[in-house]
Formats: sequence, C-alpha cells, structure tokens
Amino acid sequence: MRRLGTGFFIAAGWLILVVFLTAMAGWLPIDDPTRQSLLRMLSAPSASNWLGTDSLGRDILSRTIYGFRVTFAVSLGSVFLALLFGGALGMIAGYFRGWTEKIILAVCNVVLAFPPLVLIIAMVAYPGQALVKVITALSIVFTPSVIRIARANTLSFSEREFVTAARAVGMGDTRLLLRELLPNLLPTLLSYGLLLIAIGALAEAGLSYLGLSVPPPAPTLGAMMAAEQAYVLEAPHAVFFPALALFLTIFSLNVVGEAIQRRINDRERAA
Amino acid sequence: MSERAALHPGEAAAGSKSSRRASARVRRFLSGAAAVVTTLFAISVVSFLLVALLPGDLPTLILADAATPERVAALRETLGLDRPLIERYFHWLGNVLSGDFGSAVHSGEATLDVILSRLPVTIELIVLTQIVALGLAIPFGVLSAYRRGTTFDSLTLAICLMLLSTPTFVVGLCLIYAIALYMQWLPATGFVSLFESPVENLRSMTLPVLSLALIEVPVYLRLLRTEMIQTLQQNYIALARGMGLPTYRILFENALRPSSLNLVTVVGINMGRLMGGAIIIEQMFALPGIGQLLVQSIYQQEYLMTQGIVLFVGVMFILINLLTDVVYTLVDPRLLQDGGH
Repeated sequence: MRRLGTGFFIAAGWLILVVFLTAMAGWLPIDDPTRQSLLRMLSAPSASNWLGTDSLGRDILSRTIYGFRVTFAVSLGSVFLALLFGGALGMIAGYFRGWTEKIILAVCNVVLAFPPLVLIIAMVAYPGQALVKVITALSIVFTPSVIRIARANTLSFSEREFVTAARAVGMGDTRLLLRELLPNLLPTLLSYGLLLIAIGALAEAGLSYLGLSVPPPAPTLGAMMAAEQAYVLEAPHAVFFPALALFLTIFSLNVVGEAIQRRINDRERAA
Repeated sequence: MSERAALHPGEAAAGSKSSRRASARVRRFLSGAAAVVTTLFAISVVSFLLVALLPGDLPTLILADAATPERVAALRETLGLDRPLIERYFHWLGNVLSGDFGSAVHSGEATLDVILSRLPVTIELIVLTQIVALGLAIPFGVLSAYRRGTTFDSLTLAICLMLLSTPTFVVGLCLIYAIALYMQWLPATGFVSLFESPVENLRSMTLPVLSLALIEVPVYLRLLRTEMIQTLQQNYIALARGMGLPTYRILFENALRPSSLNLVTVVGINMGRLMGGAIIIEQMFALPGIGQLLVQSIYQQEYLMTQGIVLFVGVMFILINLLTDVVYTLVDPRLLQDGGH
C-alpha cells in the first residue's frame, strides 16, 4: 500500500490549525471582526494587525478567521445532509431496486439537469434565513451524486457472499442495510464527502462573493474580497491574504481527500 | 468487399440482422426522446414551483415596491391565483410555450426578450472558454500521459490540483491584478460588443475567458491523461511505434481519438459547471450576459425574471446534452452500428 507522504501531513496539519482557530475564534486574542477604525484604513501588515486592515480599518486576520466559520458551517452542514439523505436514498435504490429505484433516479436526473450554481442561486433567492437557505440549496445539489455512489456500491455489495449469508440466516432488510451494508459503504462515502466539503467551500466563496451568502456585518471570505477588490492596487493584502487562506484550505481538503481515496482504491484492488 | 470485410469484421455477418438492428435503433431513439421529454417536463415543473411556492401573497411579493392596487389585481388575474395549482401550472406552461415568460416588473420589458438579448455574450464566453481550456488541456494532458511519472507529469498534476482548489473569482482577481492593473496590458472591465468592434471585443473578453478556462483545464486534463495512459498500453500503439512512426504522430493521430471519447461527454456535461462559473465571471467583469442578469434579477427581486432564466438555461442544457450524444456517436461509430455497447 502506498504511503501517505509528507504532503498529506502538511495538508492535514493546516486543516487542523484552521479548524482549531475557527472553533476557538471567540477566545483568541484577536480584534472584533466588525470593529471599524478610520485611523487605520488599509494599513499594511504590522505587529498589531498581522494581516493588515481593510478599507474600513477592520482587522483582516480576525475577519478571515470569522469568515471561515461561515465557510465551514455551510460546507460541513450541506455535506452532512447530502451524505445522510443521499446515502439513505442510494442504499434504498440499490437494495430494493424496481420502481423505488426508478423514481429516485428520475428525481436525481431532474436536479442534475440544471447547472448547479443556477439552481443554488434560484433557491437562495427565496426569502428566509441566509445560512439555512445556502446549506439547504447546496445539500440539494450534492445529494444526487451521493445517491449514485451509494447505489452503485450497494448494488455491487448486494451480490457478495456475506449479504447472501446474512439473508439466509433470516436477517431483516433494515438490519441488513444498517449492520451489513452501511459499514462497507462508509469509507467510500466519507472520502467522497471530503471532496464535497472542498466543493462546498468553493461554492460558498462564490455565493458570498456575489453577496448571496450570509449578509454583513458577519464577515464571509467571498464578501471580503468583493468589497476590497476596488483597492487591490493600494492594498493587495486586503484581497490576497483571505484568498490565500481560502486556497490553502481547499487545496488541503483536496490533497487529504485524494490521498484517502487512493488508499481505499488500493485496498479494494488488494481485496 | 473482401477488403471491407477484413477492415470491419462482423459487418458482413451482421448484414442479415440489419432489420433487427434498425428497429433497435428506433427503440433507442424513442426511449431517448421519452427521457428528454420527461426531463423537460420536470424542469418546467421545478421552474413553475420556484415562483408558485414563494411564501406570502404572490402579486404583492412579485411587484414589491412597484405594487399599485391596479397592478396587483392585474397580475393576480394573469397568475390565476384563485384556481388550483395544477390548473395554474398548465395555464403558465401554455403562456411559456407561446413565448410569454412574463415581463420585468420595473422596466416592463418582456422577460424572454431580455434573456435573448443577453444570450450572445454568454455563448461567446462559454464557447471561447471551452476552446481555450481544451487548447491547454489536450497538449499538456497528452504529454503528461506520455511522460508519466516524470517531473513534468507531477508538476502538471500539482498545478491541476491547485487550480481545482481555487475559486473562479480568485483566479479572476489575480489576473486583473497582474495583467490589467499592474502590467496594464488589457482592460479589467468594460465590455465591447462583438458587432461594434471585434478586436476590442476580444481584448475585453481575454481576461474573463482566461479566468474561466484555467478552472476547467484540470477537469479535462486529468480525464484525458487517465484515458491516454490506458490507450498507450494497447498493442496497436506498440505496433505503430515498431513501424517507426514519429512519436508526435502516434500521440496526436493514433492515440488521441480513442482516448477522447469520455472527454467529449465531459465537455458536454461540463457546460453546466461553466454556466455557474460564467455567472461569477460576468458579474466580476461586468459582462452583460445571462449570468449577470440572473444575479441582478435576484438583487432586484424580479422573481419572474429569475424563473424565466432558470427555465431557459435548464432547457438549453438539455439540448446541449442531446447534441453531445450526437457528437459522441460521430466520434465513436461503433455506437451507431451496434445500437449501443
């Protein structure tokens, strides 16, 4: 089996750091992310403001850390929902087959017919609480691909001996799905989930750049860059530090996700 | 004839089965047509519900600050709100099929006219992006597969993963900063119509197209590289090499075509992803396309406009996927002969 390599551990380390900072944001000795100050507009990185300040004199480090709260809330929330519903529906489709499968796949095809971001933006247009809307919309767009993966894997596992054996000793459908099939599907679904989290973070960034995610004053990474891009020549740090932090995080998610996926593939090939 | 039979084994034997094959093709076409019609129907239902399910009093909500008692009453009449939902759907569908998507609340323009007037910009953006993305992905993907395991290959793959991890607008911001503001080679914003001045149009489209294409390159490149590696292990490639054909001809003439079957499908499917990217890029570079229209319609709460765009784009993408299927059978003639794998 291939080793995970240093790249994997650096990426995982960065992710742990970002998650830690985001979770502890309230207790860290950093500025209030919404505190404005006319005395330090667009100031360069310094000892008191490590990443500098934006056009309203707000601390960029603090805003970036708080911005990741929304990024993670959206990507983790939507992927969790997608894995939950997509996993369940995919297993039901792959296990029971017949009309249930046909209906589930037909609904999937309808969702997949729309360009994803168009559908997300249309759903976000509804009146209502922004965070809830964004999470719901993303999970609806993610679910069909999870259904397809869960279904394909359920189909292939259903033909294996251990499922036949379990059925032969009289195990009921529900127990068989949860006790025998689910544990076998989890590694595949979870590693796909990691890649979905990266896509979710990208999507949230795009939505907040368009001003369609959580509204101000709550900082979001996309909105920070949208607001500061007009001053990018005078103060590149105000745009590119949040961009770099976001890029490193999504890159790390992809590196970790792909490494784990490769391991699962190797293991399956070995089995 | 004998030469033909030798070149196409199975064709002579299958000749007697031609009538059965024809009926299989008809059946395949019919089931495909049924699937398309079903999906079109479903898209129309989703688009209809997008507005019908809005919470609150629809006419007041749609008209917002332009609501006068007369206009509310008129819109209530058009939407047919006193009738059951199913009836309203068919009434709406009838209007849509006759080209009446409703009209913009503030300007009063017909929704469909506005969408159509914005369409050329988006099409130009997407087509140019696909050309640039494939133009970069094909040579790099082929070379990467040929030099598998070398530094060139690892570097290409690393850059691909980086590009896959970058939001579209961040690529755009980097390009604006470096090329438009710092070097001042190209304009950052300011769209010039193709019909006004083709040269200026291309100058104003360069950065948007590049931003969007760079995000798509890794998708195509990684796929092509995987397929190419498999093709290069085939016997006939070894044969071609043994016959002394130069490497570039083996790679780009013998190996590329059989390796690009899945690429054709993905280029088609990827139109959807591209449309998403186009929304952000059009907004960023102030290009007057459908993506910018969609975002504006949401800022201004023009629900009928949003609905019209969702429906229009949804239908457009069904047709594009249909077209991809046709192209696919052209690239892989086996599909036409056997009626599917």
